[in-house]
Amino acid sequence: MRHTIAILLENAAGSLSRVAGLFSARAYNIESLSVAPTEDPTVSRLTLVTRGSPEMVEQIVKQLNKLLDVIRLIDLNEGLAIERELLLIKIRATGAEQRAEIARLADIYGGRIVDVTESSYIVEMTGTGDKLDAFIDTVSARRILEVVRSGAVGILRGTKALRA
Amino acid sequence: MSEAIRGADILVRALSDEGVEFLFGYPGGAVLHIYDALYQQDKIKHILVRHEQGATHAADGYARATGKPGVVLVTSGPGATNAVTGIATAYMDSIPMVVITGQVPTHLIGNDAFQEVDSIGITRPCVKHNFLVERVEDLAMTVKKAFYIATSGRPGPVVIDLPKDVTANLAVYEYPATVDIRSYKPNTKGHPGQIKKAAQLILNAERPMIYSGGGVVIDNAAAELTQFARLLGYPVTNTLMGLGAYPGSDPQFIGMLGMHGTYESNMAMHHCDVLIAIGARFDDRVTGDLAKFCPTAKIVHIDIDPASISKNVRVDVPIVGSVSNVLNELNRQLEEVGVKPVDRATNGWWQQIRDWQKLDCLRYDKTSKLIKPQAVIEALHRVTNGDAYVTSDVGQHQMWAAQYYKFDQPRRWINSGGLGTMGFGLPAAMGVQLAFPDQQVVCVTGEASFVMCVQELSTCLQYDLPIKVVSLNNRYMGMVRQWQEFFYERRYSHSYMDALPDFVKLAEAFGHVGMRIENPADVEGALKEAFAQKTRLVLMDFITDQTENVYPMIAAGKGHHEMHLAPSASSERELA
Repeated sequence: MRHTIAILLENAAGSLSRVAGLFSARAYNIESLSVAPTEDPTVSRLTLVTRGSPEMVEQIVKQLNKLLDVIRLIDLNEGLAIERELLLIKIRATGAEQRAEIARLADIYGGRIVDVTESSYIVEMTGTGDKLDAFIDTVSARRILEVVRSGAVGILRGTKALRA
Repeated sequence: MSEAIRGADILVRALSDEGVEFLFGYPGGAVLHIYDALYQQDKIKHILVRHEQGATHAADGYARATGKPGVVLVTSGPGATNAVTGIATAYMDSIPMVVITGQVPTHLIGNDAFQEVDSIGITRPCVKHNFLVERVEDLAMTVKKAFYIATSGRPGPVVIDLPKDVTANLAVYEYPATVDIRSYKPNTKGHPGQIKKAAQLILNAERPMIYSGGGVVIDNAAAELTQFARLLGYPVTNTLMGLGAYPGSDPQFIGMLGMHGTYESNMAMHHCDVLIAIGARFDDRVTGDLAKFCPTAKIVHIDIDPASISKNVRVDVPIVGSVSNVLNELNRQLEEVGVKPVDRATNGWWQQIRDWQKLDCLRYDKTSKLIKPQAVIEALHRVTNGDAYVTSDVGQHQMWAAQYYKFDQPRRWINSGGLGTMGFGLPAAMGVQLAFPDQQVVCVTGEASFVMCVQELSTCLQYDLPIKVVSLNNRYMGMVRQWQEFFYERRYSHSYMDALPDFVKLAEAFGHVGMRIENPADVEGALKEAFAQKTRLVLMDFITDQTENVYPMIAAGKGHHEMHLAPSASSERELA
C-alpha cells in the first residue's frame, strides 16, 4: 500500500543522505521525495512516498525515527491529509487548433500556460498525483516534450500540526 | 577568561573529562596534532596497536567487559577504512564506542587529497551516528554529544571525523555539563499498561519460556533477570550474546538457543505457550525458519529499541523500555501478587524439559585418541574456575566456547555475535586485560581466525598483557568445512588452511610463550602450566580432531524442532 510520510529533519549537512541511505540499505522503496527548509531554517521538511505491506511501513517509520537527525515524523495515511504535487509539462503546440485544444485542456484541469513559443507550451499544474497522471494521459504522448514533477507534499487537515 | 588552546588539546581534555582511561590508536598525518597533544599529558593512556582494526576490537572488548565506552583514534583514509570492520562489529552488537577519525584539512575535503576518504559516508550505515567537525568551537560539544549518543538508549558506535586544521585552530575550552538533542530522546521506562498486560500473560502461562539476549548484559540487568526467573521458576535460555546474564550452571538455565543451541532449549522454544523475549532481537541465527518459529506461543517482547520489536516476528505484548526498568517493575508486580513457582501449572512442562535434557545433546566422544575441542573448553572451565573473561573469534571454536564454558556472570563472554568478525578475539582480549590487569583473560580461537589479527601479539608484548590464547587448531576453517560437509557433499573448497605457521615459534618470535599440545592426556596439564605463567602471554596450539562438528545444528530453512544431532545422540532418538 502507498504511504505518505512527512518528516521533520535537522537541516544539516549529510542528514538527507541518512534518510536515503536507510532506504537503500534496507531495500525499501522511495516512490517520491520532496525536501525544503521550513519557516525555521534549522529544520527541513521531507514528504516521502513509499509502498509496502503494513509491517514494512511500520518498520520504515521506526527506522526513520531511529535516525538521529529525524526530529519528528507522521504517517499521513493515519489521518485525513491534503496532498499536492506540482507538474511542469512542455508540450509541442503547433497549429491553431492544437494550441486551442491544449489551452482548453489545461484550463479544465486548473492548469496555467506559463511559457509560450511558436511551437510549444509549458503548462503548470498542481493537484494530487492522480489528477496530474490524468492530465498527462489526455495529452498525446508524441506531443510531450518534457515532464517534471515535484513529488508529493502533504499536510494533515485540521488543527493538529507536525512541528519541531 | 581562560586561554584559547588548540583543537587537539580540546579533544584530549574533553576525552579526559569524559573519564576516558584508554585510547586505542595508531598515528598518521591527519592526527599528528592530536598525537602531539597526547604526548604532553598523562591522564589518558594511549595504546598503540599494530593495525586500526585491532584498535577498534580492543576498544570494543574493553567496552563489553567494563560497560564503559571504548575510544579509538585513527588517521584519515586507510586509518579510517581499516577501522570500519571494528566499527561494524560494535554496531551489530550495540557496543558503546567513540571513534575519532582524522580527516584532511577542511579546504581539501572533496579534492581527492592524500589519504582522503569520505569517512562520514563510508561509516554512515554502520554507526549509530557520525559527526564531521568543521569548526573548532563545535568540538567540545560534539565530543559530549558523541559519548551521550554512544552510551544511551540502544548503545552503539559514534564516529567523529576531525579535519586536521580543526585540531590546529584555537578556541577556549569549556566542556558542556549537559547535552540536549531535540531529535533524540530514548524512552527507557516501559508503558505501565503494557507491563500489566505482560504480567497477566506471564502468570497464566503453562509452558513458559524466558528468552534473553545481549540487551540484558548491555543494560547491566543480570540481577533483575535472575530475580524475575527465580520468582517464576520458569526455564531460561540465552542467546549467544546473552550468555552469562543468567547463571549458566543454574538448573533453570537450559542452554543457549538457536542454530547451535541445545536440544532442550530449541524444543522448548518450539512448544512453549508464552515466550518472554528480553533484550533479544529475534536474529535469524536464533529463530531459524520464521514460518516455523514458536508456532503456539504468545510473545512478550521487552526492548529499548522500538525498531527491534515486531521486525522479524510479530509480538503480542510489546514493551519499549530499558530491560532493567521493565524487569524491576515486573518483579514488583510479581511480588505483589505473591507468585509461588512450585504451585504453578508448569510442573508438566518442566517434566517435558527434563525429558528432553536426558538426550544429553552436548555429549561427545571422550575416549578419542585425538584432542576433542569440546574437552579443551571443559578443561579450560575447570582450570579457570569458570571465572575467566573469555573472548573468541568466529567459527566452530566460538560455538564450542559458548556451549561448554558455562558462564555464570555477565560481561565474561566477549564475542562478535552479529557481524561474526574473524580476528576479533585477540585484540578484544587486549582491551579486557587492560581493564582488568589482575583477571584471567583467555582468547579462544582457531588457527584461521587467529592469524587475521596476529600482528597484535606485538601490542600484547609492549603493554605486558598476559593473555592466554587457546587455539583449537584443526587445520581447517572449521565452520566452513562443516557446512561443506553437510551441504556441499564434502567438496572442501578453499577451507583447508594449507601452509600454516609453526605457532609455537610464532609466539616466540613475538616475544611470548608458545606451547603445542597433541595428546588428550596433556590438555589439562598444559592449561594449568599456561595459567601459572601470570606475567606472560601463552599461546596454546591444541592440535584437535580435524573432523569434529558443532552439534546440535539447525540448518538454514529449518525450524527449532528440526535439529541435526551429533551422530551418537541422534542414534538414540528420532527427532520429533
